[in-house]
Amino acid sequence: MEESRSSLAALLLDPSFWADWASVVGLVGLIILFGVTSPVFLSVANLQALLLAAAILVVLSIGQTFVVATSGIDLSLAASVMLGAVILGLIHAAGLGIFAACVAAVAATSAIGLLNGVLITTGRIPDFVVTLGTLSGITGLGLIISGGEPTMVGSTFLLKLASGKFGPFGYPVWVAIAAVIIAHIALYHTRFGVHLLATGGQAESAAALGIRTNRVKIAAYTISGFCAGIAAILLVARIGSAEPQINTSLLLNSVAAVVLGGVSLFGGRASILGPAIGALMLTALVNGLTLLSVSAFYQPLAVGVIVVLAALIMRYQK
Amino acid sequence: MSAAIHIPPTEAILACQGLSKHFGGIRAFTDVDFQARRGEVTAVIGDNGAGKSTLIRCLVGVHQPDGGAIHFDGRPHPFANPDGARKAGIETVHQNLALIDELTVAQNLFLNREIVRRIGPFALLDRKAMKTQARAMLSKLSINVPSVGQRVRRLSGGQRQAISICRAAGSGAKLVVMDEPTAALGVQETANVEALIRRLREQGVSVILISHNFDQVRRLSDQIWVMRAGKMVATVRSAETTGNELVALVTGAA
Repeated sequence: MEESRSSLAALLLDPSFWADWASVVGLVGLIILFGVTSPVFLSVANLQALLLAAAILVVLSIGQTFVVATSGIDLSLAASVMLGAVILGLIHAAGLGIFAACVAAVAATSAIGLLNGVLITTGRIPDFVVTLGTLSGITGLGLIISGGEPTMVGSTFLLKLASGKFGPFGYPVWVAIAAVIIAHIALYHTRFGVHLLATGGQAESAAALGIRTNRVKIAAYTISGFCAGIAAILLVARIGSAEPQINTSLLLNSVAAVVLGGVSLFGGRASILGPAIGALMLTALVNGLTLLSVSAFYQPLAVGVIVVLAALIMRYQK
Repeated sequence: MSAAIHIPPTEAILACQGLSKHFGGIRAFTDVDFQARRGEVTAVIGDNGAGKSTLIRCLVGVHQPDGGAIHFDGRPHPFANPDGARKAGIETVHQNLALIDELTVAQNLFLNREIVRRIGPFALLDRKAMKTQARAMLSKLSINVPSVGQRVRRLSGGQRQAISICRAAGSGAKLVVMDEPTAALGVQETANVEALIRRLREQGVSVILISHNFDQVRRLSDQIWVMRAGKMVATVRSAETTGNELVALVTGAA
């Protein structure tokens, strides 16, 4: 008893414990803070709404995690979501059916990811430059093919996806949960996952052992694009239309969630649960501030402060 | 003491004749004959720039020789790349060790040789089997690490060297090539790695060792080959030579 208490104290005094569990600690802290200050926050209805709102960010954070694990970054993520949404809207409007539209959206965003990966590896251009370029390029492409106009998507399938429920959670939450499970297995229980972390950790050493690091990187960017496509479907389902407008906070928050989740920005070290909880935490922050009637102007400020704090704590990771 | 000694082919795990390599107009080495006996530790010594590292890189497939022939295990073997050499049974312990800091000891030992279980169309890592086998590999060579689940980043320089050697030996390699394995180590850790190399030989693994340290070479190896200015100038049995003789051979004062 005495011993377990002292080891608990040692654990709480160890900065690396806080670094590894930053997103969980942050989430619990926010839940306590908002639970006390706003009686509505812990209501079942609000928690369900919160999870629903977090689903898109969770999916995007998973995509970003795979890229960051290779010590890269995908700045084109939110723009890909927009292009995927626009393509979904246009193909649906052309009368090709909602499933074809969804498949086309995911195929398009995956292709963007593939292009990013090929340019970065075989083109030997820094990830930052390539994805900044595709960010701008696909923003323009989305505007051109949509004419800058939103497209209404009246589909019963998407309506059900957005509002339907199974058990305690809405379908988008289940999509996010499925994404978390699949990504976790891919990262921790497959050869690809080990090779991904090896590539991100020491690419030269990985290559010396015969790991094809370029292929691994291309795969990571393609996964990121695929996640953007899934997020695009969830987004169109949520708002009922496809808008050629980029939600920049999605990009920033996807990187923020990854940092909060304890993923090293230098690559080689990653988890899936961490960023997923980081995404939940950021959504809880926005949700709680809204319930407390704090002006929306303060939200980016709060997110920024939390992310920089998290990055500071990460330095104590072992 | 001529360089042209002849080991019967059955005794040589690796042999090359008339090997040459140049980079543009610069000759790394020319007309090199070299042999490594099966089950022995063969050392290659020489001054900086004598051509040792380039020779070794040609033997393990990193570079392609411009002329001459390499025989490995009795067969002609031009290795197009390090992967080909690995598959044939030549493992290299790289000077930078090629370890991944953020991965565990077990993950590093099985990197790109992971054990998987097939579940339908999926292949999932068998982490338990890899950990068990990793422990067996380490204990076979009496290597001490706190746990196979430990990240490599937290190990000492000597432990890291040992893990890298263990990985090379553990894959059932017939020949392990080491480039300056103790260059960055302290006295105690150097002793540990030397003991490890002796254990490798006791288990019948052939070793080629590049070193600057003449005392170490005499302690560890059975046969010493001396390179000077891109030529193989001499070969001696380690038991029959002295430090002074090696210095003379390396510097050309003999």
